[in-house]
Amino acid sequence: MSEMRERQYTISASPHIRDDETVSHIMWQVNAALLPAALFAIWWFGFPALINMLTGVVFAVGAEYVWQRALKRPVTAFDGSACITGLLLAMSMSPLLPPYMVAIGSVLAIVVAKQSMGGLGFNIFNPAHIGRAALMVSWPVAMTTWSKMQDMSAGVDAMTSATPLNILKLQGYDALVNTFGGQAAMYWQMFIGTRNGSLGETSTVLLLAGGLYLVAKGYVNWIVPAVMMATVGVLTFVFGPAGLFTGDPLFHMMAGGLVLGAFFMATDMVTIPMTVKGQVIFAVGAGAITVLIRLAGGYPEGVCYSILLMNAVTPLIDRFTKPRIFGAGGDK
Amino acid sequence: MFKSFWGGIHPQDGKALAKDKPIEEMAPPAELVVPLSQHIGAPCTPCVKAGDLVKRGQLIGTSPAFMHADIHAPASGKVVRIEERPHSGRVSCPAVVIACDAEDVWVDGLPLSRDWKAMTDEEILSAIQSAGIVGMGGATFPAHIKLKPSKPVDILILNGAECEPYLTADYRLMLEEPAHIVEGVQILAKVLGVKRSVIGIEDNKPEAIAALEKACAGTAIEVMALKTKYPQGAEKMLIKVIAGREVPMGGLPMDVGAVVQNVGTVAAIDDAVVRGLPLTERITTVSGDAIAEPKNLRVRIGTKFSDAIAFCGGLREEPDKLIAGGPMMGMAQTTAEVPIMKGSSGILALTRKITEHGPEMNCIRCGRCVKACPMGLVPSMLSILSERQDFAACRDEYGLMNCVECGCCTYVCPAKRNIVQYIKNAKGFVRAEMAKAKAKAEAQQKEGGAK
Repeated sequence: MSEMRERQYTISASPHIRDDETVSHIMWQVNAALLPAALFAIWWFGFPALINMLTGVVFAVGAEYVWQRALKRPVTAFDGSACITGLLLAMSMSPLLPPYMVAIGSVLAIVVAKQSMGGLGFNIFNPAHIGRAALMVSWPVAMTTWSKMQDMSAGVDAMTSATPLNILKLQGYDALVNTFGGQAAMYWQMFIGTRNGSLGETSTVLLLAGGLYLVAKGYVNWIVPAVMMATVGVLTFVFGPAGLFTGDPLFHMMAGGLVLGAFFMATDMVTIPMTVKGQVIFAVGAGAITVLIRLAGGYPEGVCYSILLMNAVTPLIDRFTKPRIFGAGGDK
Repeated sequence: MFKSFWGGIHPQDGKALAKDKPIEEMAPPAELVVPLSQHIGAPCTPCVKAGDLVKRGQLIGTSPAFMHADIHAPASGKVVRIEERPHSGRVSCPAVVIACDAEDVWVDGLPLSRDWKAMTDEEILSAIQSAGIVGMGGATFPAHIKLKPSKPVDILILNGAECEPYLTADYRLMLEEPAHIVEGVQILAKVLGVKRSVIGIEDNKPEAIAALEKACAGTAIEVMALKTKYPQGAEKMLIKVIAGREVPMGGLPMDVGAVVQNVGTVAAIDDAVVRGLPLTERITTVSGDAIAEPKNLRVRIGTKFSDAIAFCGGLREEPDKLIAGGPMMGMAQTTAEVPIMKGSSGILALTRKITEHGPEMNCIRCGRCVKACPMGLVPSMLSILSERQDFAACRDEYGLMNCVECGCCTYVCPAKRNIVQYIKNAKGFVRAEMAKAKAKAEAQQKEGGAK
């Protein structure tokens, strides 16, 4: 067998087989899950929605590509993760935001929040949310200018340019219900997405569909969005407008960016804890801070900041929620 | 109900290649290379020299050390030389090279025909010890030492899980020679004085379960179907699932009253006790997509991989990796000149189609490895800390030394990180540090004693 003696074999540590899953495949699956809500946004908000989402994606991917080329690093700009960042950023802001601001937000998200930390995996904060927060402090007026929409309450051609959470914050719950022309109509419109708000956050049903797809595929643990939304529901019910236990949890769970945030940002594997126990703590914390900002803070919505704050404590949560080592004693 | 444990994975199992191939006897090749270290413990020193004629089963290597297993000539022939030869577990090792003769005869008097029921425990243990039997699942721990536990044990667990992909040697043995195993189990149960003996088999081997259930009828031995999940056959997982007990960190099975033996080892023990036969052969799966005709071979210890592969029709395709053992925990080999040893459960030749994976990337903290780790570790952090050479944090904060290197984390990692390799590096460093500290303490003690 001299023929075999001369052969060169590859040497590496075990294991010698791997499964087919790749980072890129996971990232594109998340993009796919965002697609229904993104398409709905184009139908509901029109052409500007398409432009903003394209701008977000192109500048996020472009920024990553240029950065990696400039620093002579392996180019991973097309692995789908930068695409998610750009898409999520555009989806979490007003459709009326000038595209150049979306572009700046995307570049900041990629360069400051992601690449300067070492790239995918090393970023502490959700890049899209960092981009959004940066725009919020830079152009607060543009960031809170919403589309003009028919006000259902008067039965006339009155127009409003406020989101449901704006109305709740400034005019109270009864005015909010009146805007929709009744509670049932409000729930229905919040559910299908025909309401005012950020570009990609309005359609509860389509975001749920995308989110549940990721859950079914095993990329997202259902417990994170479920716990975050449940926390918001319980706390908003308890601390209602007319005293304890008078809140409207259903409205709050569908309002603002909660569904988008709970399914697509609080589940960003890079920036949340790794164990289920840690993820539950993260989700409870994010839900509680969201409610705190909505009910007691200066902003009408708090999903973005709540997730960023919980991102900041994720390393700490990870440290204290390590799994129990086999044979270490104690309960399982 | 099929029982299970936390974590684990379901790798593509590749068993279809050899699962239906009956055990085939491979005659001794022209040359056998018998390494003098095939077990955990002290290497043996040869008790033959070049030019000696040996018969099958004759002692050719032994050691005064407590922790060792004797080595016997796997076939009759002439000792050509004793020299360093490639070894599947390390770079090389002194080996007795035997040119086999055509007679292939046993040492005078073998095989015997003994009634194990008439033998004392001491006689049985001594028969096992002088047969040089080690754990044949791959751990290669000397069997006679394991069978004299220093703590009371009440359960004997037989490992028929064979959870490593591609390997089917244990499966064929259970299917074809169940009575052989059952007798071995009875012998061990007697020696250990245990009431309960359980053979654990993964439920993807229903024929083996049926065969053993039939053979166990009328005995006290239980056959338990286990959920098919890697690493079901890891000692700690098996004890957890079958006995419901958890071996404490850093502990041994006997700490929870259990002894675990592989089914192949049990069959070898039966041969040693009843027929007086030393361990000179074993069943090995030769498989992988590069092998022309995958087979389960009854093969002599010392047979070179190249000879075994030639016996299986040679190579069908260009292999990328040659592996001793299974694809999850086996070792990649540099040469097919390494010999089959007592612990060689398989020889795999895999093409690039199977072994290829993308480039290694950053950890994206997806947590798949945490979910897969049966030991409850955080493999991603271990890999990152080891990469940063923060070995102390690996050891003190992330339970480094508990890793059993099963490979689940690395198998599922979407960033294709070589987590096991990082962990092995860290362990190597920590062990070296420990040895250094120990040597220093001893030196200090000596100095103190001199004063």
